[in-house]
Amino acid sequence: MSLSTYLKSSIGEKTLMAVTGIFLILFVIGHMLGNLQVFVGPEYLNAYAAQLQNLGPLLWAIRLFLLTTMVIHIWAAAKVVRRSVTARPVKYAMQKDVATNFAAKTMLVSGGLILVFVVYHVLHFTSGNIDPIGAFADTHTEEGADVYAMVVTSFQHLPTTIIYSLSMILLCMHISHGASSLVQTLGWRRCSSNCTDKIGPVLAGFLLVGNLSIPLSIYFGLIP
Amino acid sequence: MKITLHVWRQKDVNSVGKMQRREVNDISQDMSFLEMLDKVNEDIIIEGGEPIAFDHDCREGICGMCSMMINGRAHGPDDGTTTCQLHMRSFQDGDAIHIEPFRARAFPVVRDLVVDRSSFDRIVQAGGFISANTGGCQDANSQLIPKIDSDLAMDAAACIGCGACVASCPNGSAMLFVAAKMGHLANLPQGQPERYTRARNMITQMDAEGFGACSNHYECEASCPKDIPVTFIGDMNRDVLKANTCSSAK
Ligand code: HEM
Ligand code: FES
Repeated sequence: MSLSTYLKSSIGEKTLMAVTGIFLILFVIGHMLGNLQVFVGPEYLNAYAAQLQNLGPLLWAIRLFLLTTMVIHIWAAAKVVRRSVTARPVKYAMQKDVATNFAAKTMLVSGGLILVFVVYHVLHFTSGNIDPIGAFADTHTEEGADVYAMVVTSFQHLPTTIIYSLSMILLCMHISHGASSLVQTLGWRRCSSNCTDKIGPVLAGFLLVGNLSIPLSIYFGLIP
Repeated sequence: MKITLHVWRQKDVNSVGKMQRREVNDISQDMSFLEMLDKVNEDIIIEGGEPIAFDHDCREGICGMCSMMINGRAHGPDDGTTTCQLHMRSFQDGDAIHIEPFRARAFPVVRDLVVDRSSFDRIVQAGGFISANTGGCQDANSQLIPKIDSDLAMDAAACIGCGACVASCPNGSAMLFVAAKMGHLANLPQGQPERYTRARNMITQMDAEGFGACSNHYECEASCPKDIPVTFIGDMNRDVLKANTCSSAK
């Protein structure tokens, strides 16, 4: 079997999902840590945002890399799901699940909604095409961008806060199953250790608290 | 006991099957599940009907033939138990019991509850063996195997190939079966020479048979009558990855 045949096998497809999943999770962690600077003060968040913008071509390289990663992840997800759907053409009249959980059963749905959210998020905070209360337009002038002001104004808007909060719950559900799964998929699990199954929920818990703290603190007036 | 059975009836591979309802009386709590079906079949034969076809052989939990889905679980409600070792005391008087064949594209229904699991045989034929050249007999125990390895190999070797992992998997995946068959050889010195060709060939055959992919739901582990842990799937994934990417694993 060559590498290309391997990547087309059921385990190879899963490996692609797991490896791209690692990069996506690293991105989610980095992205959260960057944004948490909103709690430190406007100077910090704005300096961080300016730094990212000043990366120039490197920024585009990173964006291209993330986009490719996402495409491969979704492509592999589609293959894996199709394999599984065709593996059982006649459904059971009665089937009881005893070991799995809600997050595991809804990976396709949570993943799909994350994709919708990512597109919305880029159009909202990166390009400003979606700007429900004019926060993007008001804070992006010739002198530069006040990302801090944009974020704080945006999350004083209830619908925006709800959309972001729900999306973070979906993302963390996806990661709670995904992060544990990838350890198994890549064969990194050490024999009979139950801790593998906890990696995902624990990581997702941290990501949920960190990511939700931003819109919720702003909405409830904890950040001026 | 009185129970209401809902059983899948299907004439042959090409027919469309359906669930059939039947009221059953005079069931003893001490009967095994298969004895209950025997009794139902005797009644059906007396009435002049076609008995319910189901597979069985050893009736002592070691052959893996008695595959059926009972109330939505492979081999019924008890953990670590085959259908033949399940007893009617696990049910209540007046219960409705739904019985279906194991369902997977790679397990076509032959008749009623009987499925064709020869796809498993073909996976084993693809690599689930060691090549043993005969000759003068080696002294027993001349090859030392650490207890931890032999225990692990024995845990995997407990697999009776019943197909419950496939049946209970939401994806119809056979990975626990294949991982067990690889795992009992991969943990012993005799399994080393062919370890990575075995990994490649068994996975190729598994995919060719049309089984699904593992999504780590771990329903297989929960339904396995031999309680084989999913850690073997992780070990298999590592071997298959190695077999395809490391030049040292040819
Ligand atoms: C930031 C975004 C995302 C992250 C961090 C992420 C992460 C992961 C990880 C780590 C896995 C586990 C891989 C494995 O089983 O080893 C996974 C599985 C999965 N992902 Fe994502 N993912 C993301 C976005 C998406 C999107 C946009 C989709 C689109 C449909 C998607 C669909 C899936 C599906 C269906 C599975 C489960 C496949 C299976 O049945 O095993 N994911 N994801
Ligand atoms: S009949 Fe042999 S395991 Fe049940």
